Amino acid sequence: MARIIVVTSGKGGVGKTTTSAAISSGLALRGHKTVVVDFDIGLRNLDIIMNCERRVVYDFVNVINGEANLRQALIKDKRVDNLYILPASQTRDKDALTVEGVEKVLQDLAADGFEYIVCDSPAGIEHGAFMALYFADTAIVVANPEVSSVRDSDRILGILQSKSRRAEQGERVEECLLLTRYNPVRVERGEMLSVEDVEDILATRLLGVIPESESVLKASNQGVPVIHDRESEAGQAYDDAVARLLGEDRDHRFLSLESRGLFKRLFGRK
Amino acid sequence: MGIFDYFRSGRKNTASIAKERLQIIVAHERSQRNQPDWLPRLQQELLEVIRKYVEVEQDQVDVQLDQNGNCSVLELNITLPDR
Repeated sequence: MARIIVVTSGKGGVGKTTTSAAISSGLALRGHKTVVVDFDIGLRNLDIIMNCERRVVYDFVNVINGEANLRQALIKDKRVDNLYILPASQTRDKDALTVEGVEKVLQDLAADGFEYIVCDSPAGIEHGAFMALYFADTAIVVANPEVSSVRDSDRILGILQSKSRRAEQGERVEECLLLTRYNPVRVERGEMLSVEDVEDILATRLLGVIPESESVLKASNQGVPVIHDRESEAGQAYDDAVARLLGEDRDHRFLSLESRGLFKRLFGRK
Repeated sequence: MGIFDYFRSGRKNTASIAKERLQIIVAHERSQRNQPDWLPRLQQELLEVIRKYVEVEQDQVDVQLDQNGNCSVLELNITLPDR
């Protein structure tokens, strides 16, 4: 059985696509056959984050409409074996995603032997976001330690608990929280919500904390998912998150200033 | 962050303000989340009926639907104006 994981947030710009790229790469690096599906119809960006924007021929909507088959639309990642990308359509309107159409594609992917199907949700709570989360077994709710993002995350948690297929069947989507752009320096100064604050408010299991890091922009500049940057704190934090997603018990890192040298503490770099 | 900020003390802790505001709004939004869609309309229509007889403001009418097992209780609280 394939496990369907939605990466969602409500708010835009918090790191859903960065996370989808990193988590799917991490799962494939551990040997699991993984596909990452872009649900942001009309505003596709997963392709450019994963450096396959010039290899898109057919897309998700073509497959739903029967204009191409999955094999034609799936793009094989050049870095990791076992990883495939299903890009969103750039032109069609977002109503092209139907419940039946999406279900068929997900079933076909599972039948193809994919163990993990990562659904990269668009921002908002409109149709595309709803389609991305509807079939999910697991939801990674991405949030920044900032009021509007935390509030929207709570809204998305409510939708997962009432509108997903699992909810309709009286079950629960396994929800977890991924806090991104975390800055321990600002937390210590009382300028940023802490991990504990956000956990208190959302009462959701913490999958990981990704520290704010220059490496994230450098990674997207080059189209290399940041999990490949083993030197960076963000890359390592994503690796920890993938391990936890697979059931490993790992301590959270990069939450405090203790691991940093005095120089970095004073000048707050990185 | 610079060296001067680091030694500056007595700053306002804005994170705790953020947390407090979030706890209030999230609790409020959660309480409305499980309401049926027709509840706001019911509230509006009840208000119109009441207004035929008494002058009350929108925020003087509070409609709550509580669930206890398989029993639902619709609670209506109207604060009448002082005479």
